[in-house]
Amino acid sequence: MTDHDHDHSRTLQPDHAEPTSEGARVGLALRELLIEAGHYTPEEEQAVIAAMQDASPADGGRIVARAWTDPEYKARLLANGATAIRELGYELEPYEFTVMENDDVTHNVIVCTLCSCYPRSLLGMSPAWYKSASYRARIVREPRSVLAEFGVELTADVNVRVHDSTAELRYMVLPQKPDGTEDWSEERLAELVTRDSLIGTQRVLKLARKPGES
Amino acid sequence: MTESTFVVGQRVRIADRTPPVHHRVPSYAKGHVGIVERVCGLHGVPEKFIRGDGKPRQRIYRVRIPQTELWQDYDGTDGDKLEIEIFEHWLEKAE
Amino acid sequence: MSEPWGPHDLGGQEGGPIDLAEHDTAYWEWQIDAMVRLALRKGLISDFAELRDGIEQLTPHDYDQCTYYERWAKSLAYTLVSRGVISRQQLEDRIDKVRARQEAEGVA
Repeated sequence: MTDHDHDHSRTLQPDHAEPTSEGARVGLALRELLIEAGHYTPEEEQAVIAAMQDASPADGGRIVARAWTDPEYKARLLANGATAIRELGYELEPYEFTVMENDDVTHNVIVCTLCSCYPRSLLGMSPAWYKSASYRARIVREPRSVLAEFGVELTADVNVRVHDSTAELRYMVLPQKPDGTEDWSEERLAELVTRDSLIGTQRVLKLARKPGES
Repeated sequence: MTESTFVVGQRVRIADRTPPVHHRVPSYAKGHVGIVERVCGLHGVPEKFIRGDGKPRQRIYRVRIPQTELWQDYDGTDGDKLEIEIFEHWLEKAE
Repeated sequence: MSEPWGPHDLGGQEGGPIDLAEHDTAYWEWQIDAMVRLALRKGLISDFAELRDGIEQLTPHDYDQCTYYERWAKSLAYTLVSRGVISRQQLEDRIDKVRARQEAEGVA
C-alpha cells in the first residue's frame, strides 16, 4: 500500500472501471455461482435492474412540486416523509424518510460519511461525487467551501445543516420554490427540480422555459 | 411502540467508544454533545447483524450538534449544525 | 474525535477537490447491485449491515483502489464464503474461468 491513503489516492475513485478489473471479476464470478446454484434467476435480476433504473430524480421533483402547491401535503411530508411519499404511489424500501426544508436562513445538504446511503429506490443512482472520498470526508467539516465548489455561495445569514445519513434513515432536501413561478402548474414546477437540489448541492433552481417559449 | 428514553430538545452525549465490530457511529461524532432533534423508530442494531439478527431493536434519535462544537477550527456561523442519526445504546444524558 | 474506525470512516478527514464529473453506470454494476439486493431478499445475508461490515474488512489499500461496486462485490463474496454459501475454492475457480473467458474474447 502507498503512504498516501489519506490524501491524493482518496480522491481517485472512478465510479466504474472496466469489467475486467479484479473486483468486477469477483462480482461476475459470484453472480454466476449464485445463479447456477438457484439462489436467483436471470429473470429476477432483470426485474430488479429494471425497477432500479426506473427510479429517477424526476420522482423527487414530483414530490417537491406537490409540497410547493399543497401546504397540507407539505406538512405531512415534513412530518413523516415515507408515509407522504407512499401516498403519491411511490414504493420505498423499508426505511424512514426524512425531508428537510430549505428556507431563507437555512440550507440543508446530505451526505453519508460511512458508506454512501442514498434513497436509490426513489431517486435512482447516486452521482459519482456523492460516493467519492473527498465529498464524504469534507462536507461535514467544511460544508461552505465544498458547497462553493458546487457553485453554492452561502452568505453568513444562511445557516448550513449537514445531515449525515448513517443508519436506517434516508434524506431528501425540499428546495425553495423559485420566484416568478406563482401561476405555474404542478407538472411544470416538477421539471424545475434537479437531482443536486434534492441532495443540497444546488440551492437556487433555474427557471426552465416552456417548450416553444423564447 | 415502547416509549422513548430521550425526548426532543434533550441534551445527549454520543458515547466515545470503538467496538471492534461493524457500527454506525463515525469517529468524528464520538464523545460530542448535541440535542435530540427528532425521535425516530426502532431499528435492528448494526453491531448485532454480524452473524445475528440485529435484535433487540433499538430506537434511533436524530442528534443536532453545533458545527463549532465538532470542529475547533470551524469556518462558518454559530448557527451551522450537523445532524446525525444515533442509536439509543450510543447515547447518554448530558448536562 | 476518536481515531477513524476503518478505511470507510472518512468524515472530517482531509480530501482533495470534489470531482464533479458524471458517470454512467455500467451494466455489470447494475448486475452487482441486483445481486446484493437479491441476496438480501433471499436471506443469504441478514441485513445491509453485513454488507457494510464486509466492506469495512477491506484493507485500506483495497478500499481506496476499488470502485463502489467492486467493494460491494468483494464484500458479498467475503460474507457468502464466511457463511459457507459458497466455498473459497469454488469462487477462485470461477474467477479464473471468467478471466480465461475474457482473455479468449480479447477483452482482458
